[in-house]
Amino acid sequence: MKFSLLLLASPYSQQGGLSALKFAQTCLNQGHQVYRVFFYHEAVQTASFLQTPQQDESNLHQQWLELAESHEIDLVTCIAAALKRGVLDKSEAKRYQKDGFNLQKPFELSGLGQLLDAQINSDQLITFA
Amino acid sequence: MTHKILIIARTAPYGSSLAREGLDYVLTSAAYDQDICLLFIGDGLFQLMKQQQPQQINLKSQIAAMEILPLYDIENLFAVEEDLIERNINTEELGMEVKIIKRSEVSQLIDSQDKVLSF
Repeated sequence: MKFSLLLLASPYSQQGGLSALKFAQTCLNQGHQVYRVFFYHEAVQTASFLQTPQQDESNLHQQWLELAESHEIDLVTCIAAALKRGVLDKSEAKRYQKDGFNLQKPFELSGLGQLLDAQINSDQLITFA
Repeated sequence: MTHKILIIARTAPYGSSLAREGLDYVLTSAAYDQDICLLFIGDGLFQLMKQQQPQQINLKSQIAAMEILPLYDIENLFAVEEDLIERNINTEELGMEVKIIKRSEVSQLIDSQDKVLSF
């Protein structure tokens, strides 16, 4: 089956962030396809590589990154929701004259059209709120 | 290709930005020529209230933003009758033209769609 995931939950203050990761790992382990993971609403914070949880706690950004690198999944972050919350890649940081950036590949910034594409082209789109 | 997409609005307009971000998705989907309908359930009904004064909390009006929906050919808006009654909302207090359906008809509406997403 071809799944896409829509994440709305904040990575560390809500359960949805971890549940989504576990769901994606399980899908892939069982031979299903993950077409796209779309980060929207508070979940855009997952895309920031600056997050630094304590060493005995899980780093969700790092785990998505490892999953994407081993399975080539698409990690798309909503650009409007991300910019508002201070999540910028290098080119957006330059465009808005900010000193730093905190998003890089395999995460990418794109528009809501990517969520629509995921909804249309997947068998199931699962929301993690 | 056009798909029938149902967006369920279930959250109150303020307090969380989910209602607003849900509406952004509705407008995006409509811009890509999808056949969108909207269902307001639970506290999502408060998004439809005419008398919103969000400028007092430095936010933009949800109902004013929704006035653009007919321009995107989104004319199928549904609201659940029982949820209106539970919240003591009269249809005259709503700022948009909506079709009132019973809670028991919601599953039929969902069944008639290709894709469903809720905010």
